[in-house]
Amino acid sequence: MDVNQKPPTPFPGEVIQTPGGGILVSKMDQVINWARSNSLWPLVFGTSCCAIEMMSTASAKYDWSRFGFEVARATPRQADVIIIAGTIVNKMAPVLKRLYDQMAEPKYVIAMGACATSGGPFFYNTYSVVKGADHIIPVDVYIAGCPPRPEALIHAMISLQEKIKSGMTREQIKMQKPENSF
Amino acid sequence: MLEEVGTTEQGDLVINVGPQHPATHGVLHLVITLNGETIKKVEPHLGYIHRSIEKMCESLTYRQFIYVTSRMDYLSSHINNHGCALMVEQGMQIEVPSRAQYIRVIMDELTRLASHQLWWGAMAMDIGAFTPFFLSFREREMINEIMEETCGARLTMNYMVPGGVMFDIHPDFCKKVKEFNQHFKVKIDEYDELLTGNIIFQNRMKNVGTLSKEDAISYGCSGPTARASGVSCDIRKIFPYDVYNKVEFKEILATEGDSLARYKVRLDEMRESMRIIDQLIDNIPEGEYQAKTKAVLKLPKGEFYSRVETARGDFGVYVVSEGATTPYRIKFRSPGFSNLSVLDHIARGQKLGDLVAMMGTLDLVIPDIDR
Amino acid sequence: MTREELQARLPELLNSIAFAEGGQWLNADVAAADWKALALNLKNSPDLAFDYLFCETCVDWKTHLTMVYHLESTIHRHQLVIKIKLDRTNPEVETVADIWRTAEFHEREIFELFGVIFLHHPDLRKLILPDDWEGFPLRKDYDDPVNMIKL
Repeated sequence: MDVNQKPPTPFPGEVIQTPGGGILVSKMDQVINWARSNSLWPLVFGTSCCAIEMMSTASAKYDWSRFGFEVARATPRQADVIIIAGTIVNKMAPVLKRLYDQMAEPKYVIAMGACATSGGPFFYNTYSVVKGADHIIPVDVYIAGCPPRPEALIHAMISLQEKIKSGMTREQIKMQKPENSF
Repeated sequence: MLEEVGTTEQGDLVINVGPQHPATHGVLHLVITLNGETIKKVEPHLGYIHRSIEKMCESLTYRQFIYVTSRMDYLSSHINNHGCALMVEQGMQIEVPSRAQYIRVIMDELTRLASHQLWWGAMAMDIGAFTPFFLSFREREMINEIMEETCGARLTMNYMVPGGVMFDIHPDFCKKVKEFNQHFKVKIDEYDELLTGNIIFQNRMKNVGTLSKEDAISYGCSGPTARASGVSCDIRKIFPYDVYNKVEFKEILATEGDSLARYKVRLDEMRESMRIIDQLIDNIPEGEYQAKTKAVLKLPKGEFYSRVETARGDFGVYVVSEGATTPYRIKFRSPGFSNLSVLDHIARGQKLGDLVAMMGTLDLVIPDIDR
Repeated sequence: MTREELQARLPELLNSIAFAEGGQWLNADVAAADWKALALNLKNSPDLAFDYLFCETCVDWKTHLTMVYHLESTIHRHQLVIKIKLDRTNPEVETVADIWRTAEFHEREIFELFGVIFLHHPDLRKLILPDDWEGFPLRKDYDDPVNMIKL
């Protein structure tokens, strides 16, 4: 992400000045994507330690409702994004799949922390840990850290918003060359 | 297993609470048998965060396994690490320098404060009062900043090593801790004023979930849960470790055993923690912060057990060693495991809404139970 | 009571008790058949009053299994460790869940992780593992090529 770019969420479109006011011309897709990305409601789903950092992000110091994640719903029927904060084990995997299936489209997934990304510190010699939440459901954004700082979680949320605004599918993003490749 | 809901032959309703639920503080699945709104049986189903830590530790060295325990009871991560480090020192007869002992106890008490603060905010949020959540996290962030300057992390601070602590404290540490203490002494009275005297809160907590003294001992409860029923079980007083025998603090006991007593015991424990920090923060001796130990630690053949008092109760580390670099068998005696087993006993006959108050005051952290 | 006094008092309750040397607390070896009667006596005798079972676990020595009980008295503040040797092919021992209620959950966990059968337990079934799990994970000969990635 370029730090010098304009701050996010100006309304997409072009203003044509006419005497007596202006006319805003935009694409329907862009307006819908803008609206979706600015009001993603997360599902309350925290299994272990990353849930505490998620709660810290929700509280007053690193507030996530500035970005539109105001209402954290407990029921998947009303949630847009599921933030998998914590380790997924074999017994919890069907529960996670069921919650994901109950969410209405469009839905997004953020895998927070090392455990949800790849099994984390519990990768070797464990018989009950699923080595990464993407074995169960498709993930949009991965966050590294054990646990990641609240700023890292907010960075991931902003990346998700950028991804939604760009309107590309998963395969299109993979084909794209990264801007700052190192 | 997830499909057990329905109606029994007597016409009672069987419902699921969890595993994904905002009030269970983690993934706890309760199957509750209800008659109207009165609870007849509560059955916890565990294992939704069972990460097979005990099996994994059989292939980790004695320096590595300490940090896995941070992730078990993540709200008292320093105290868990302290218990493991004590066990290794006991086995290898390592003498900890006194500067490290003072630093360890101060870090422990700060962690206890942070854990009780989060407990207070989350429990009030479950009962329906949303404001305390934000207040308590504001104070908790001050402790997190202090920890981050010295240890490098906010939640799972890998700071204790067998023989002392990993780094020396930051030069600003004492000043910031003293500032925090002064700030929090005022705030905790505000917390009392906000919540404790509130008539709705009192009605929801008084005489809810009463636990008698004999039951508390028989079910193996420890920590504030047992102390609110009159059981004197503070490991810091009975088997003092590090410099706990040099500080003066009271063991908070209550006799009623209901949820309000458990609540008051924890609030008073926060005040005692601040007293302990006050006594120690100005007197940290100069010296080494880590004893010189070999790089590869091998415990001698035998069994070792160490106990510490976490924010939840009596945490024990039991190691059977065969003289190798990795332990042969490790067992973590977690306080939440025994505290949870008492939930069925105290919930019978109460209403469904009271179950949330009881779970809140038992202060359960589910990864600690499942290990 | 001190360690020597306990060592003198316990053979009065059970003749065949054997003591091990060293260790942090007094270690006593008991046969599985004598355990229930001894446990009742340990709890109910007023001068012993072992009312707090603070840890119950099992260790897999490759030829046999050993149950380990850590007991403490909240009144007299003495501790005791009881060890019971069990046969690996058919490990069975009496439950103590009616004496110390904390043993209900502990014994369920040992049953699913080691395979020890506790006779007369009120509700012996899996606690932490999924209901259809096969095998006893914490035994030394447990092999799970699907889930366990060896370092």
